[in-house]
Amino acid sequence: MMGAPGRLPTLEVEHIVVRFDGLLAIADLNFTVEEGEIVGLIGPNGAGKTTAFNVITGFLRPTEGRVLYRGTPLRGLKPHQIAGLGLVRTFQRTSVFQTRTVFDNVLTALHRRGHTTVWDALLRLPRGNAEERRLREQARELLQLVGLERHAGERAGALPYGDQRLLGVALALAAQPSMLLLDEPVSGMNATETARFMKLLADIRRLGTTILLVEHHMPMVMGVSERVIVLNYGRIIAEGTPAAIQNDPEVIRAYLGQKAKHA
Amino acid sequence: MRRWLAGGWLLLLLSVPLWMHDQYMLHILIVTGIFIIAAMSLNLLLGYTGQLSLGHVAFFGIGAYTSALVSLGFEIEIIGYPVIHEPWPELAGFAIGTAVAGLCGYAVGRLSFKVRGAYFVIVTISFAEVMRLVALNWVELTQGPAALTNISPLKLAFPGIGSFTFWSKTSNYYLVLGSALLAYGIIKRLVESRIGRAMIALKENEPLALSLGIDVTRYLVLAAVVSAALAGAAGSLYAHYIRIIDPNIFLFIYTVTMVIMVITGGKGTLAGPIVGGFIFGFLPVVVRSFVGPELQWILYGALMILIVFVLPEGIVPAVQTWIATRAPRRGRDSDALADPSS
Repeated sequence: MMGAPGRLPTLEVEHIVVRFDGLLAIADLNFTVEEGEIVGLIGPNGAGKTTAFNVITGFLRPTEGRVLYRGTPLRGLKPHQIAGLGLVRTFQRTSVFQTRTVFDNVLTALHRRGHTTVWDALLRLPRGNAEERRLREQARELLQLVGLERHAGERAGALPYGDQRLLGVALALAAQPSMLLLDEPVSGMNATETARFMKLLADIRRLGTTILLVEHHMPMVMGVSERVIVLNYGRIIAEGTPAAIQNDPEVIRAYLGQKAKHA
Repeated sequence: MRRWLAGGWLLLLLSVPLWMHDQYMLHILIVTGIFIIAAMSLNLLLGYTGQLSLGHVAFFGIGAYTSALVSLGFEIEIIGYPVIHEPWPELAGFAIGTAVAGLCGYAVGRLSFKVRGAYFVIVTISFAEVMRLVALNWVELTQGPAALTNISPLKLAFPGIGSFTFWSKTSNYYLVLGSALLAYGIIKRLVESRIGRAMIALKENEPLALSLGIDVTRYLVLAAVVSAALAGAAGSLYAHYIRIIDPNIFLFIYTVTMVIMVITGGKGTLAGPIVGGFIFGFLPVVVRSFVGPELQWILYGALMILIVFVLPEGIVPAVQTWIATRAPRRGRDSDALADPSS
């Protein structure tokens, strides 16, 4: 396949264009993410980061261009089918099943790991029962991984903001991603919560999961990413290692023009 | 504790014909029971997947008419060709009525992914109304306003032993009770499984469900099919118990009755439609013995408004919350981690 030894492109975004009634949200997006890599996608507000996520995960159809995941073109696939390929996202705003318990949230998210059919459920066949026990065990493990096991019985909507974000990540992990797309996972978290999240991110990486990360929190992006892609007005203005990006004059200009504190 | 409560309830319901000799009250119980089955089926769609269908009575009516026609037989002409159906056993009518209603549920379930929200509500109301007009005007098949009469009661045949016909009120009471328990069991097992969790995920947060790889269309259609089939089964029980059905079975007021039962009892809870069903099935009858018919319906409406106003989530969730706030905190945590069977 590709020449780079050891690493293969997992995600290939090829010349994506997104136009909303004449507004050009993404001009020409072209990048790849390699197997096991962690890539940061940054840019000022409105640069097209979340739009790019929506295109990659099938929530939005691009005007032009195509996305391939592990060589499979994603055009025409529904979001749940793309998740089925192992490409799983989180959402920018908190996204949990509000009225259900934390435990039931994770159990629901384990959907892809189960196979129970209507008949298994109606007749309570042993196969279905065994699966249910296995899923409950996995739900407990996932809650331990994100450190929410003490809150298992609480209503998800009643959790503090930071914990809801962690639960959102646990839900995404439950869907068994080979690649995880995180949309501003630490926005709104305090310093302690952010530190806890960065530790979790390291744990997830140890599982071999590829990660594409959209984030405004620069110390975090620069701290965890191997490579950073900078978007502005729907196009890539820079790409490289965190060190190179931090000194890129065009990046500094893009950020200083709007939000100096982020640069 | 909950198990004891459920057991006590069951014993009480089982013993009713032993001490209740008022045939009229038994009749009210049977009809209420049939409507509770219909309300439980509506709850699967409304309470668990979050889709409001205001044409639910269509499935009830389709089940009733199909079952009655299969067991009565008919002779019609379709584009010049005579179609003759000889009477079949009532049980076949019940099965076919349930299946046909389920098929209609499939069509409506597919549709609800094309049209959402208010439009879906309008489409389902129209669906029930079209069914009523068909029943009213296809006189050759349905006898129109003259109604289908002389529908035979359900009969169980045991080869080599004999048969049992559900003539008496008592036997019909147990038939409806058994059917209601079965419907309850089907819904309970479904919603407490991986399949039910997928349905609830659709109601709670559809984009999140999709992002987790849950094919929400599939589970919505599944809920619609099961829901419609159960409503159709209830309709079939109704047809063979009342033994006469006319196009008014498709009236909007019956859908409204089911919705009221589900909402006041508590949508999305297993016990909700039962509690709501008993209240609004019995209320008109109980009140009737004290006041005139005008006041009866005013009281009915007033109670409904009162319940929705005071307990917007419904009676059952309100009681659950009340118990939960009184229970010690640790109890709740261990509940969630314990097995579902406990």
